[in-house]
Amino acid sequence: MSDEMANVPAGLLYSKEHEWVKLDGDVATVGITDYAQSSLGDIVYVELPRVGAGLTQFGSIGVVESVKAVSDIFTPVGGEVVGINDGLENDPAAVNRDPYGDGWFYKVQLADVSQTGDLLTPEQYEQLIAAS
Amino acid sequence: MYTPHTDRDIEAMLRVIGVDSLDDLVRVPDAVALRHPVEVTPQLSEIEIAERFARHAARTTAGDYTSFLGAGAYRHYVPPVVGAIAMRGEFLTSYTPYQAEVSQGYLQAIYEWQTYIALLTGLDVANASVYDGATALAEGVIMAVNATGRKGVLVSNAVHPNYRAVLRTYAEGLELHVDELPYGGDGRTDLSSLEAALADQRYAAVVVQSPNFFGAVDALPAGVAGAIKATKTVVIGVVAEAMSLAALAAPASWGVEICVGEAQSFGNAIAYGGPHVGFIAATTAHLRRIPGRLVGKSVDTAGKTAYVLTLQAREQHIRREKATSNICTNQAHCALCATVYLAAMGKTGLRDCAALNVARSNELRDKVTALTGFAARFEGTPTFNEVVVRVPGRAAAVLATLEEKNILGGVDLGRFYPELEDCILMTATELTSSADVDRLVTALSEIPVRAAAGV
Amino acid sequence: MPLPAFDTPLIFDTGQDGRANCYLPAGPALDTLLPKDALRDDLPLPDNSELDVVRHFTRLSQKSFGIDTVFYPLGSCTMKYNPRINDAMANIPALRDVHPFAPDHAAQGALAVMWELERALASLFGMAAFSLNPAAGAHAELAALLIAKAYFKKKGEPQRNVVIVPDTAHGTNPASAAMVGFKVLSLKSDAHGRVDPDEMRKVVGPDTAVCMMTNPNTLGLFEPRIHEVSDVVHEAGGLMYYDGANANALMGNTRPGDMGFDLMHLNLHKTFTIPHGGGGAGAGPVGVAQHLLDFLPTPVVRAYDAGGKDVDASGWRESAELTFALDFERPDSIGPMRSFWSNFAHMVRALAYTYANGADGLTTVSKLAVLNANYIRASIRDVVDIPYDEINRHEFVASAQSLKRETGVRALDIGKALLDRGYHAPTVYFPLIVPECLMIEPTETESKETLDAFIADFRDIIATAKSDPEKVLETPVNTAVGRIDETRAARQPDLRWRPAAAKETG
Repeated sequence: MSDEMANVPAGLLYSKEHEWVKLDGDVATVGITDYAQSSLGDIVYVELPRVGAGLTQFGSIGVVESVKAVSDIFTPVGGEVVGINDGLENDPAAVNRDPYGDGWFYKVQLADVSQTGDLLTPEQYEQLIAAS
Repeated sequence: MYTPHTDRDIEAMLRVIGVDSLDDLVRVPDAVALRHPVEVTPQLSEIEIAERFARHAARTTAGDYTSFLGAGAYRHYVPPVVGAIAMRGEFLTSYTPYQAEVSQGYLQAIYEWQTYIALLTGLDVANASVYDGATALAEGVIMAVNATGRKGVLVSNAVHPNYRAVLRTYAEGLELHVDELPYGGDGRTDLSSLEAALADQRYAAVVVQSPNFFGAVDALPAGVAGAIKATKTVVIGVVAEAMSLAALAAPASWGVEICVGEAQSFGNAIAYGGPHVGFIAATTAHLRRIPGRLVGKSVDTAGKTAYVLTLQAREQHIRREKATSNICTNQAHCALCATVYLAAMGKTGLRDCAALNVARSNELRDKVTALTGFAARFEGTPTFNEVVVRVPGRAAAVLATLEEKNILGGVDLGRFYPELEDCILMTATELTSSADVDRLVTALSEIPVRAAAGV
Repeated sequence: MPLPAFDTPLIFDTGQDGRANCYLPAGPALDTLLPKDALRDDLPLPDNSELDVVRHFTRLSQKSFGIDTVFYPLGSCTMKYNPRINDAMANIPALRDVHPFAPDHAAQGALAVMWELERALASLFGMAAFSLNPAAGAHAELAALLIAKAYFKKKGEPQRNVVIVPDTAHGTNPASAAMVGFKVLSLKSDAHGRVDPDEMRKVVGPDTAVCMMTNPNTLGLFEPRIHEVSDVVHEAGGLMYYDGANANALMGNTRPGDMGFDLMHLNLHKTFTIPHGGGGAGAGPVGVAQHLLDFLPTPVVRAYDAGGKDVDASGWRESAELTFALDFERPDSIGPMRSFWSNFAHMVRALAYTYANGADGLTTVSKLAVLNANYIRASIRDVVDIPYDEINRHEFVASAQSLKRETGVRALDIGKALLDRGYHAPTVYFPLIVPECLMIEPTETESKETLDAFIADFRDIIATAKSDPEKVLETPVNTAVGRIDETRAARQPDLRWRPAAAKETG
């Protein structure tokens, strides 16, 4: 674990499973947090849902592989997948390099915008990782 | 006994540990103490062990017969160089190469095996091997199920019956349903019902084998693989006789996306069925779903070329219940034998060997079917090194008669296909001589057609 | 022990077309035998002289460790000496070349080998019978869970779909469970690294199918209350499965059958000296108690005495007077697990090893395996953490947690430093419940001198870690290559050679 404080940008929502959500109307972009990427180490592969797949909030919908570990992706929001980050196929390192930018995972058309009420604010998420 | 301990050693070691006797180290609660004594063979010296096995060998008389058995396990010439290399202790007695720094040689050999299989099948990647051909098929089907999310699989019934049986065993656990495509009058898979079967997209894969269980070249005709893929169904090709890869069109060239098979023919003994060596090759699209070990090329801290087990996050020891398969062992040592064999035979030797297999089995077919009452069951269909011969009467009776003349004439197809109980699957390889074929022909000609037909 | 560092080009970058070895007569042209559209266009493989092939692979062998060259204190893997008589017996032509479709009357000796071994294993481990069909330990686990599934289906309890696995279990256990559609419930072990029957009682129920355990467990500790655990699982209607990975610790001293296990597997490549061969082929017989006999994989070897009487249920006996048959007609069987009957060449090896030891010898094997492991533990316990510092069985677990805190040197680094000194590394980072874990299993075939040398080197590495940690962190330096960039291997998979022309596009 890095001793440096993990980056928790304002303006995003977070899940207890270390995913971030960026809302743009009723479309949410999802990725994993700086804290998560630094815990996992060098990420070598991300298995994403297919475009068109229906996701249930907090369900396991894919995995992130580092050299010797595998972690589930628990989607922080439910709805239909409307885009995935194809670039991760050839450049999984983007998740380590730029978890909130080039390293995004997928976009979801939200089934119900109110579900974001179950997510954490940046302050709450900072408390969560400080406690662990 | 292979324990080096002297009484003095034991005493000194117990003192360091701080216990009085060996029994103190292995004491168990009374509730789980032995309820009755262990009954195992008495301890034997090496001389006695050799005598005991000489007796077992003497009771194993199959080698005294002229054999035309094949059907998934093939008698081929193995140059002594294969055994000489394989018996080197660094290969024979090493563990799985997790400690890559002290396993570079073995890792490179497996990388070479992966390359040989990729080149022979025409596919992009191959794994470090699996148990055998049948389990390779089951694992290949699991790959297709994971790729498509569908739980059905459509298998030609000209695929090796043992492979289909193993697939059914696995299917019971995975709750897959397995449907079959019939074979046609020419001994190839009958594809006439295929289009209708694919219409509702319930199959993860279509599985065909070439050469198939009847020895027939059964590659999908042009356009069929494309039609299968158009329904997002995976084309799996089975190769139970790897030697055929040296002659026949590479599976990738007729549309196979996942090729599974058995490479015993490359330098491994038949050994009453094992160990043999299964392989799985696939297109890059299926790379992450390939089960078992994969060796990759990388560099060390100084930038020097180095080999290492890679993509391990797919495997059971990391993924646990999410793993693509529970496989831990591969058949590394069998794959090594195959790699040495392929290197020693080379392109030239393999081509010659494959051609001799076709020539000898054609000779077998021509001579046997020239006899009155005998015929090729699938007349005119090209075959690799096996042929289905229809005999007068029941195959079992004809084979029993041949056994009395020290000939194992082949496999009774009635065992797997009731409608073919008058058919024998006969195999000839580069080790089958014209004299062997002539002995078979003479023995068959002595069978009174009337008597055999009456059984 | 420096390993040769010279590069060995890939076999595909050597040789010349047409440089053929004279193994076979020249074959006829293929296109005179088969239609052209059935044939492949080219066969892009190298032709090398036999000498170049021998040199290539001999050089590769020199860049690899084996038990024949170094001591392997590799926990959970039982890397004992592989006696050469085993291979000699497996290579007797009559046994090596027998075809699986040979009629039973022409394979009596081969069947006798299978039957004798099966009877010996049943007696030694307290099972009603074994099937030699599965090809490896994980394969046998799968067979066992399929047997359990079939058993509950027949019994009318198909709802049983939960497999209980202690947190010390091997990674294969959950992976195997997933392959039969069972759910996995992980059970936390107690402060002493054991399974507590009272905790078990809390998790069993009408959905319990199988509890998978090993004893001794993966910490090398004996589970003294195993019979109580079995009782709890049985009372709930579940089955007990014994993971035989650690069977070398108890042969002849206690039996899984007597502990209440209904199902088990053995890794013959561990306990019965089949060479590991760089990761296979292995062999994994699956054993069952009486009530599960009908579900065993096909085929099963049947034995008959001179009067034609079935002797399957007998203990081991000399087979010369018996006749044998393969039985495929078993309606309740789960079916075959693999192409043919068994990894037969390995059954020959395992039986040769059984002959060489006998019942008394196998019992001694276990005791001395336990002695060697305890000796190492007692000799390093003052320099490294031993989280469960008590009499262990055939292996024990050390931890580099304190060392890491003090020096930055981790379990992995100790392993790499050992490579430099001519030892294989212990198993590291398993079991998962012990941080910075080093799992050490010396086996019974190592002499006190070998253990003493290892202990001295181990202690010296710890001392070096404390005085000059960098020196340990930069190991290995005496090996063919240094530490390898595994991230690059996984991010840009290069899994095969490609011909030069295809490299651009490939």
